[in-house]
Amino acid sequence: MSLKATLLFIVRRLAAMAVLMVVLSFAVFSLVYLAPGDAVDALLGGKSSTPELVASLKEEYHLNEPFFTQYWIWARDALHFDFGASTQTTLPVTDEIGARFGSSVFLGVYAYVLTLLFGVVPGVIAALRRRRAVDRGLVAGAVVTLSTPPFVLGILLLYLFAVVVPVFPAAGKGEGFLDQLWHLTLPAVALALTISAFLLRHTRASMIGVLDQDYVAFARARGLASRRIMLRYLLRNALIPVVTVSGVLLTYFVTGAVLVESTFSLGGLGELLVQSAESGDLPMIQGLTLIIAVIIISANLLADLAYMAIDPRIRFERRS
Amino acid sequence: MNDSIEQPGAPGAPVLSVRRLKIGRAGLGGAGAIVSANEFDLAAGESIGIVGESGSGKSMTAKALTGLLPPGVVANGVAEYGGRNLLGFSEREWRSIRGSEICTVMQDPFTMLNPVMRCGHILQESMAPGRRLSRAERRAESVRRLAEVGITDESVVDRYPFQLSGGMRQRVAIAAALARDPKVLIADEPSTALDVVTQREVLALIKRIQQARGMSLILITHDLRVAFATCDRIHVLYAGALVEAAGAGAMQSEPLHPYTQGLLLSEPPADRRVRELVAIPGSVPSAGEVQDRCPFATRCQWVAEVCRDGVPELQAVADGHESRCVRLPEIRTEMAEIRARAVEPAPALPDGRTGAALVEVEHIEKVFNSGSRTVRAVDDASLVVRDGESVGIVGESGSGKTTLARMLVGLETPTAGDIRIDGISVRDWRALGDQDRRKLRKTVQMVFQDPYSSLNPMRSIGWTLKEAITTHQSGPADIAGRVSDLLESVGLHREYAQRRPSALSGGERQRIAIARALAAGPRLLICDEPVSALDMSVQAQILNLLEHLRTERGISYLFITHDLSIVRQASDFLYVMNGGRVVESGPTEAVLDHPQHAYTGELLRSVPRSDGNWLGASA
Repeated sequence: MSLKATLLFIVRRLAAMAVLMVVLSFAVFSLVYLAPGDAVDALLGGKSSTPELVASLKEEYHLNEPFFTQYWIWARDALHFDFGASTQTTLPVTDEIGARFGSSVFLGVYAYVLTLLFGVVPGVIAALRRRRAVDRGLVAGAVVTLSTPPFVLGILLLYLFAVVVPVFPAAGKGEGFLDQLWHLTLPAVALALTISAFLLRHTRASMIGVLDQDYVAFARARGLASRRIMLRYLLRNALIPVVTVSGVLLTYFVTGAVLVESTFSLGGLGELLVQSAESGDLPMIQGLTLIIAVIIISANLLADLAYMAIDPRIRFERRS
Repeated sequence: MNDSIEQPGAPGAPVLSVRRLKIGRAGLGGAGAIVSANEFDLAAGESIGIVGESGSGKSMTAKALTGLLPPGVVANGVAEYGGRNLLGFSEREWRSIRGSEICTVMQDPFTMLNPVMRCGHILQESMAPGRRLSRAERRAESVRRLAEVGITDESVVDRYPFQLSGGMRQRVAIAAALARDPKVLIADEPSTALDVVTQREVLALIKRIQQARGMSLILITHDLRVAFATCDRIHVLYAGALVEAAGAGAMQSEPLHPYTQGLLLSEPPADRRVRELVAIPGSVPSAGEVQDRCPFATRCQWVAEVCRDGVPELQAVADGHESRCVRLPEIRTEMAEIRARAVEPAPALPDGRTGAALVEVEHIEKVFNSGSRTVRAVDDASLVVRDGESVGIVGESGSGKTTLARMLVGLETPTAGDIRIDGISVRDWRALGDQDRRKLRKTVQMVFQDPYSSLNPMRSIGWTLKEAITTHQSGPADIAGRVSDLLESVGLHREYAQRRPSALSGGERQRIAIARALAAGPRLLICDEPVSALDMSVQAQILNLLEHLRTERGISYLFITHDLSIVRQASDFLYVMNGGRVVESGPTEAVLDHPQHAYTGELLRSVPRSDGNWLGASA
């Protein structure tokens, strides 16, 4: 496919992404009005109301303006990463999120790498040893893991590796790269295991499909080296569907992170989301929701682009 | 790398010698047998054909000779190549054989090439490792290799397999298989998945390269005529056992095993219409079922006690001609008589078309839109089917013949033009009234190509037929009796009503599909490639059945096929389609004997013929 067509595809996807964000932000903004009580109650977040406070809130949030004007002002600020101040801490939402963003992203990336490692590698091995003991063991393990929620795994891991055999810390997120790595290992494993169990089954099915393909038999018949067949024929084709699901998997990371961060008291974005939901901290919920949405949509766009890059059939069929 | 392998000796000496080859599923004993007795010699520069139907073990033999048997399947015996027995090879030893000594081309060009690699890359990786070439040199070598297989368009090097047609893909696959200059090429049904015209081109190419290189060739095919035209010697496999081996000419003039003769006569001759095809009753057993007798005993008309008393030995019956039939001396003259009778031409059909028009298709068009692409599948086609007439539509894939049939039964709606069936305009089935629709469904019924997917696997045969009967006829009637009648009319016992499709063979399933279509009491039966998914020996049964039903019930047929021999046998009037258009029409005999359109001529030249000229005409 020509560069132009690729760019056109990206532009179209970005435009669709923008439309999606507008719809989403509108829904997020409407939360203020959907919450029980009126908008002032929602923004008060449980504080006792005085006439002065109500007046200042109305002023700050332009509550006297028409609904769409309010949305416009809010959305314009949100584009500049200004979501207002938390009703709980009175600090700007952006600062609160910024303080926790780093460690959450670290946890996310760490867990993602582990997911690929725990998912793809055993998945490939299970497929190659199809119907043997190794395969059956791995698949059975995946079923057990898949039916265990991440926070249960988290508690189990905490008990095993922080209490019984204390090799990892039980809480905290650590400073510096290596320290973070050490602190976040258990949470990342807890988060990764469930998702990698899903990925294992997906990889195994995909790999078995490729193993039965004629082109693999034909490659062997031509005497190609087994290493080459493994890399260029089996993995190259089997991982195409794996890449396509990896974008979707990110959604599980977000929901999983909420629970795992609480279990390990990491003070990340997930924990922040839980706290703000408990205390009805609307500006914080709005800010977090939008940021999570942007991450998920971008990840899906990246997955689509990666899919295009690795599967020529997608690239060329778009054009013809 | 190949030092350990002796180079084949003088010409004429076997390069590859296979003896007592047995292939079976491990741990199942005789019941797991796939090949029970196969043997052959392959000389340098010689081409042999291994011919057999599904379940004969021909493909497994090919896999065993390159060490690519599926897991759990083991081969025993001797396959001597360069002084060593291939069957005892380890995976490591195999790698020194595969590609550089023996290479295989498989059946389906659409799945044989890695979809994510460019063709040039596929060729380059197939070449012998060791030589260091620059990028430009490698490219030049790929272009040269493509030229050898008749691809002169250099841009193919940069294209992906899915951007090429089936014939081009098969050529690229052949070039890749030849990249390390093997001494033996095994071609496993290399042309079966291709259109007739392309099929001939690919076979001619293989034959030409084989002769130019002095390479040995093992052609695996289900089609005796293809094997006769391509190979020097023919080996016929049946249910895992070699039943006859002879030179191509000798076997063609006098097959000396009842099965070979049955297979030969099952194929409708391309050049004449015969009274009735000589069909072999029943269907192919598995090798495991016939371990203790002549494998063909259950279907042979000359079967005697001696045939069931142990597996007969392969005996030399003439110079270079071997047969596994124990009764051959007794039945040889009778076999010859049957052959002579089988080729007697049927009396010529009366000229001119009589009867009222049952189906009239006028200037019909169908355009498919997929994304920004528009495909004109049927382009201004007109045809008529008269009462009691059998009309053939012949064409390659993409000719629009199946789309046309689907429009006739309302599975597609035409973009333009008109269809009238029995006087009712059926351009748009959705616009029809209930009464008209019911009448039309009773008038027109369809038999689909694939009997494996056209029957509901969850339901018994009786249920399927009952459903068809009650759909088209209301009120209480003797439904069970009707089911039995239907089964008997397609030559099956009434007990079949209890069975499920999975318990039936392909031929039996197609009989059920025909019975289901007959349940409505149709006046027109549309048969879309009704025998192409079936084994050769079963095809003739179904064709005979259809012919029998036509004379008995006076039904009209619309017979859609790519096979000119079948169309000659099964139709009175013929339409030839190409690229969505009807390019020629007329009485079948006249069209096939004196084609007017260039495309019809090309199709006729492509029909497999036994003589060597078939491939030689133009490669």
